[in-house]
Amino acid sequence: MDPLALDVAHLFAGGLVLVSFMLLYQDRMTGLVNTFALHALVVSLSVAWQAHIQHAPHLYITAAIALIVKAIIIPLALHRIIVQLGIHRTIETVVGIGQTMLAGIGLVALSIMVMLPITAKAGTLTQQDLAFALAVLLLGLLMMISRRNAVSQVIGFMSIENGLILAATGAKGMPLVVEISVAFSILIALIVIGVFLFRIRESFDTVDIHALHEYRGEQP
Amino acid sequence: MSGGGSFFVGAVLIIPAVSAGLLAVLPDNRATARLNALAAFLTFVAATVLFWERPAAGHFLIVDDLNVVFIVLSTFVGFTTSVFSGSYIAHELETGRLTPIYLRFYHAMYQTLMFAMNLALLSNNVGLMWVAIELATLTTVLMVGIYRTPAALEAAWKYFLLGSVGIAFALFGTILVYLAAHAVVGEGLDAMTWSVLVKRSPEFDPALLNLAFLFLLLGYGTKVGLVPLHAWLPDAHAEGPTPISAVLSGLLLNVALFAVLRFKSVMSANPGAFAPGPLMVSLGLLSVVFASFMLYRRHDIKRMFGYSSIEHMGIITFAFGMGGPLANFAALLHMTLHSLTKSGIFFCVGNIAQVKGTQNMRDIRGLTVSHPVLGWGLVLGVAAIAGLPPMGIFMTEFLIVSTTFARSPLLAVTLGLSLLVAFGALLLRLNGLAFGDPHGSREPVRASFVPMFAHFALVIAAGIWLPPALVAWFQHVAGLLR
Repeated sequence: MDPLALDVAHLFAGGLVLVSFMLLYQDRMTGLVNTFALHALVVSLSVAWQAHIQHAPHLYITAAIALIVKAIIIPLALHRIIVQLGIHRTIETVVGIGQTMLAGIGLVALSIMVMLPITAKAGTLTQQDLAFALAVLLLGLLMMISRRNAVSQVIGFMSIENGLILAATGAKGMPLVVEISVAFSILIALIVIGVFLFRIRESFDTVDIHALHEYRGEQP
Repeated sequence: MSGGGSFFVGAVLIIPAVSAGLLAVLPDNRATARLNALAAFLTFVAATVLFWERPAAGHFLIVDDLNVVFIVLSTFVGFTTSVFSGSYIAHELETGRLTPIYLRFYHAMYQTLMFAMNLALLSNNVGLMWVAIELATLTTVLMVGIYRTPAALEAAWKYFLLGSVGIAFALFGTILVYLAAHAVVGEGLDAMTWSVLVKRSPEFDPALLNLAFLFLLLGYGTKVGLVPLHAWLPDAHAEGPTPISAVLSGLLLNVALFAVLRFKSVMSANPGAFAPGPLMVSLGLLSVVFASFMLYRRHDIKRMFGYSSIEHMGIITFAFGMGGPLANFAALLHMTLHSLTKSGIFFCVGNIAQVKGTQNMRDIRGLTVSHPVLGWGLVLGVAAIAGLPPMGIFMTEFLIVSTTFARSPLLAVTLGLSLLVAFGALLLRLNGLAFGDPHGSREPVRASFVPMFAHFALVIAAGIWLPPALVAWFQHVAGLLR
């Protein structure tokens, strides 16, 4: 494969991991949503590039979905939601940014050490994509468990999904990628609507999921 | 032959899909509950025909000896639950917990769930199976939250978060399986077709398969409700409408387990990959031990049976993990009986909770006196699920423990002891619920008991006499499973 094509693909995939790190330390909701839009933009560029170098035109659809739904519509909707919920100014206490970043670095190292030897036979592009994808997945998980806010958790989940799209496009010639990305978009759209429609705010006066724990079914 | 077969496969998928659309737009409440039941019944009939008429396996759908058992069981419980759901929902409308708009939504989601589960079971394509299980997760998340009380929202949120992380892991595993396959089979649909994967698995790269199976087991295992990934399950069971608890426990957990089994056979066909059995055995055993202790000190009746589902899914996973014809046979039979019993219990519990107006077990006492049919129904159900002879579950648990004993006494002892612990917890609770002075409302119940007793009758019949044809069929399937 053309080394330049490979380098560009590498750039985008690596960029995605970098943006995942940026998500980890955002402590303002607005900043978090904007960073997520950047995350989606990078993944859509990466998918579009893979569509170009793999000569797989159907992947352009996936790229377009990522761009339109996740980089534009969902961030706009989330901005609206956080304004309506009145949490756009609040600063979320992220538990120990230092530790979280260190844990994140550890996770990236782990995924590279796990994936590179295993996928050695699959070709350089796939190898790098999968290693980065696993890193993005684990960073997203880390974000989901280190945040207490429902909106941040949704963003963490969406970043996981971006990682999966990267992995799916990296696996050369994988069928159903478009269908899977559509299915995922529906899931995400429903969740975002869910946060809004279920009006977590209205029922609990907060989107802090700590408040939810009061309502466990296990009270005496 | 095959033409007729594809007609019925189509019917199993199209009937729920079309009726989901219809139920979403039809306004009348009475008729929709009946239409829901009718659609479920027709699906069941079409599924039964698949025993005799089978289409050739395609790139997307397959009917084989293994999934036909799951399909028939799934559509049968789907049908009986829809009958129960009719009377349950009528009561919910009267008390105003659900409004007609939500009812339409509920029925549409019910059929969508049926469609998704049938698709997951019938799919021959690992990607399609993933999409179907995702759809099933989505619909159940929405239904768990349908009452919109704070507790229901928390349950739905928790289920959604854990479920989607599980789904994400499963997709990563699926991608890795494709990678392992595409080096051998080549690009395209073949590399995701399950029947091709099993056949060509020996040539796959074992390291990739190992990693893939880890992700798949964790991913789909979350949906099976294996400890330590079970946290969503008791809440989702407790807070959703009871028919949904019945379908969750009886069917959806099985579907997720079925996905694990499909990938297990790909793993075991590869000599270089590690054996998937021990992993499943340990997760299964952990679930049994944990859930049996958690059964004590429950207050919410539906939560308690949610934990009991974790326990039984643990037993089934354990038995499939042990492998071998006898353990597989016991696991299949146990799965069937557990689905029937647990959904029967939820039918009963649903009526109890409606008539008493509470799910708190401290406020439910002396059911055999105040509501003899419900009370004795519960006694029967709990006796069956706890594994008292002569119920079918006693037989399968005995089989599982005894085959394990021959191979690994220590595991068998642990399993046996946990079963006893669970047995004690269930009987302790049953004593308070069913006997003693009645407490709370004594209003008569207006509900159909047919689905509940039909399930229990099947379970008792299975314990006393299994038709040889059925035994032969299950043995045949158990032999195929690797």
